[in-house]
Amino acid sequence: MSPDALNDAAVLGGNRIPFARRDREYAHASNQDMFTAALDGLVARFGLQGERLGEVAAGGVLKRSRDFNLTRECVLGSALAADTPAYDVQQACGTSLETTIHVANKIRLGQIESGIAGGFDTTSDAPIELNDDLRELLLDLNRTRSTTGRLALLGRLRPGQVVPAIPRNEEPRTGLSMGEHQAISTKRWGLTREEQDEIAVESHRRLAAAYDRGFFDDLVTPFLGLERDGNLRPDSSMEQLAKLKPVYGEGSDASMTAGNSTPLTDGAAAVLLSSDDWAEAHDLPVLAHFVDAETGAVDYVHGESGLLEAPLYAVPRMLERNRLTLQDFDFYEIHEAFASQVAMTLKAWQDPAFCKDKLGLNEPLGEIDREKLNVNGSSLAAGHPFGATGARIVATLAKLLAERGSGRGLISICAAGGMGVAAIMERRG
Amino acid sequence: MSADRYQALANSALGGAVVKRLGLPAPPRLDRHEPGMPVVTGPVVFGEARGGRLREAVHEVMRSIGARLVDAKTAGDGDDRPAALVFDATGIDSTQRLRALYDFFHPTIASLKRNGRVVVLTTPAIEADSVGAATAQRAIEGFARSVAKEIGRYGSTAQLVEVAAGGEGAMESTLRFLLSARSAYVDGQAIHIQAADSVTVPEDWERPLAGRSAAVTGAARGIGEAIAETLAGQGAEVLCIDVPPAGEALAEVANRIGGTSLALDITDAGAPQRLADHIGERGGRIDVFVHNAGITRDRTIARMPPEGWDGVLEVNLSAQERINGALLEGELLGDDGRIASVSSVSGIAGNRGQTNYATSKAGVIGMVRALAPVLRERRVTVNAVAPGFIETKMTEAMPVGTREAGRRMNSLIQGGQPVDVAETIAWLVSPASGGVNGNVVRVCGQQLLGA
Ligand SMILES: NC(=O)c1ccc[n+]([C@@H]2O[C@H](COP(=O)([O-])OP(=O)(O)OC[C@H]3O[C@@H](n4cnc5c(N)ncnc54)[C@H](O)[C@@H]3O)[C@@H](O)[C@H]2O)c1
Repeated sequence: MSPDALNDAAVLGGNRIPFARRDREYAHASNQDMFTAALDGLVARFGLQGERLGEVAAGGVLKRSRDFNLTRECVLGSALAADTPAYDVQQACGTSLETTIHVANKIRLGQIESGIAGGFDTTSDAPIELNDDLRELLLDLNRTRSTTGRLALLGRLRPGQVVPAIPRNEEPRTGLSMGEHQAISTKRWGLTREEQDEIAVESHRRLAAAYDRGFFDDLVTPFLGLERDGNLRPDSSMEQLAKLKPVYGEGSDASMTAGNSTPLTDGAAAVLLSSDDWAEAHDLPVLAHFVDAETGAVDYVHGESGLLEAPLYAVPRMLERNRLTLQDFDFYEIHEAFASQVAMTLKAWQDPAFCKDKLGLNEPLGEIDREKLNVNGSSLAAGHPFGATGARIVATLAKLLAERGSGRGLISICAAGGMGVAAIMERRG
Repeated sequence: MSADRYQALANSALGGAVVKRLGLPAPPRLDRHEPGMPVVTGPVVFGEARGGRLREAVHEVMRSIGARLVDAKTAGDGDDRPAALVFDATGIDSTQRLRALYDFFHPTIASLKRNGRVVVLTTPAIEADSVGAATAQRAIEGFARSVAKEIGRYGSTAQLVEVAAGGEGAMESTLRFLLSARSAYVDGQAIHIQAADSVTVPEDWERPLAGRSAAVTGAARGIGEAIAETLAGQGAEVLCIDVPPAGEALAEVANRIGGTSLALDITDAGAPQRLADHIGERGGRIDVFVHNAGITRDRTIARMPPEGWDGVLEVNLSAQERINGALLEGELLGDDGRIASVSSVSGIAGNRGQTNYATSKAGVIGMVRALAPVLRERRVTVNAVAPGFIETKMTEAMPVGTREAGRRMNSLIQGGQPVDVAETIAWLVSPASGGVNGNVVRVCGQQLLGA
């Protein structure tokens, strides 16, 4: 099937709950509570009560094993029709951009007419695993029939085994946390504290301004008393950020702080997509179209790539396929996992050696106009509930394009496991 | 608050004390409309002063609602006692002939059931043939309002309906409302029906708003929530509007009633445009717009900070004017469009500590009166309701003494429910209410304050 024969996948809008810092407002909210709220807010905005959608695709990184069908459970608890199917996807920080790709692709193929893509994550109500010793002991206990055998097993119980294994945001193959990984890249790319802090200050300033002008009025629905993202510091400044001690990396040039890295966050987000026909039949305006996407990965274990470098490769491949240059965009949404990841991305794409050696390009991709980058702030200010960030960005970009009237936007999201997800959205004039 | 809880409160020590001091009997239980309930729950006695012009029109409405009309003399006892007394007084053309009121009501009023209804029909004094006739017709208002005060203790109400020449065929929605339990807390009102060329008759009187779209501001809670719910229950597709911080409750209301939510502060400079765009994008028109959002910032004028004045006038009045402007300019109101505003008894009577609020609410009345003749040409109507004491979070927050007094100081000796305001709005915005325009209808149980 040639791309011309495909339907268009339209983004009609989105809804999320404000993101909360870990153990704050949503300390006792589950993933299910949060995503159901995000879904219900979306249903209310678009009058989808009792509507059977093609599918709901969502996911989160920190999930309990009993939540195997969490998205479906959320649909059943929401105002949507109960015969709307759903499934869970998990692709680290790229999760809800990946679910958006799934839903958009099915719409493009004509397999479904409408769908919701989203994601969620709680770092507060996180699953806690038993430590392996205790887990094995308990499983043995379950397999043992005799009372004496059971007592013998219980006799093996030691205080140290009762300490639970709390999930850490660390790479299983390296044992390093994501921040520690990025600290290596930060050093290698020679990224300064100032350029990172500037990105952070700008993120807070722009997100606050967007809230103030009501940009999020139809994208965010308050939840549990929180009306704006709990991490947002409208008055954040270079002076304040300069006071923070580095938390990742070692030595005098360590530059990654709690101020220029995203904090652990709780939240959920959802996006409504459909075919143009479905939108028209429902009297709903199209904000933008979801044009193309590319998911990539790098070998950060054996190779020399940094953990968060996958988008550096995925984006140019996607541009080439679409015969676009890096400058052919009106908005760039580069997920701010760390200010340093954004700075690295910009630097790499301007670096002739990187572009030639790694990307096989004769010319560097070139510069991005900073005035078009993360214009309403991004994860440093909003926070980053892993699974929810992609949907937050898709909805924000769609509305930005709609406000502009026409244009093109680029999304780049780095993810754990050395992965990255990128996408192009467009609004035709 | 549920009626039961209200009754419990009414019998509380403090409530009881207030009742006693005011010499008031215990509050009656008010019936409220429930799906499937008939308009009237018993026979209707019709009477008239000779020369009246509404007999035919009234009979037609009675046939339509399936009411059994009986003669004053044959009205039964017990369960067959009349549920309503309807009197066509349009024939009264001199003060001497006012005696017809006495002659009809003196022997019949005691037979009226609990939760009964009295409706007296008149001609607008301005249309009367002579000074004497005008005098007499106006006099009837005093009669109707006093009857209301006499029968309120039984949960019964009395209203006057002024029917202009040419309005005879437009009475049905109003008579249905006033005779039914839907008007439980509307009492002692004078309602005007204007000439209307054609009145839309709904296919189903339980769902007169089927196929109509409606917007309600301040819909996240309280009276606005009840309005949204009632309009949806009568078939409308409802756009629920409230400020962004109320978004969670707003979404809940929208999902419960199968409507949509729009987070919008109506006082924002861009609000009228955003609203117009939203309506334009989602179907292109709105049939009903209900201005309900309102705030209080009570302080005596001497102590009131400037933002207390400005805020109240902005939300309660100026924002409505701007939104109306955008709706009319953008021609966003559908055929038979309806605008309804929530004013307040404070806007009629004034209230200590509410110079700002009463100014805004009286302004709403001014706006409705001024707009009505203009909109009439477009077949659009605009009306207001003026609630008295309605049991909401707002009144729950009042000091106990003031609250108890507020509840009692009316003919029905109790506060109203949000649904009472909602039902009144639903009647005003019905496509069948094309003859009801420029009215300010109090929903106050005939509160002792004010006109
Ligand atoms: N409760 C009473 O006894 C009573 C009596 C007379 C009149 N009223 C009027 O009835 C209306 C509703 O009152 P209620 O008792 O339900 O009050 P309420 O405070 O419970 O509800 C008012 C709603 O309006 C919303 N609102 C306020 N400002 C807004 C704005 N700028 N934009 C959008 N929405 C806004 C609020 O968020 C709230 O949800 C008001 O106009 C009030 O003045 C109430």
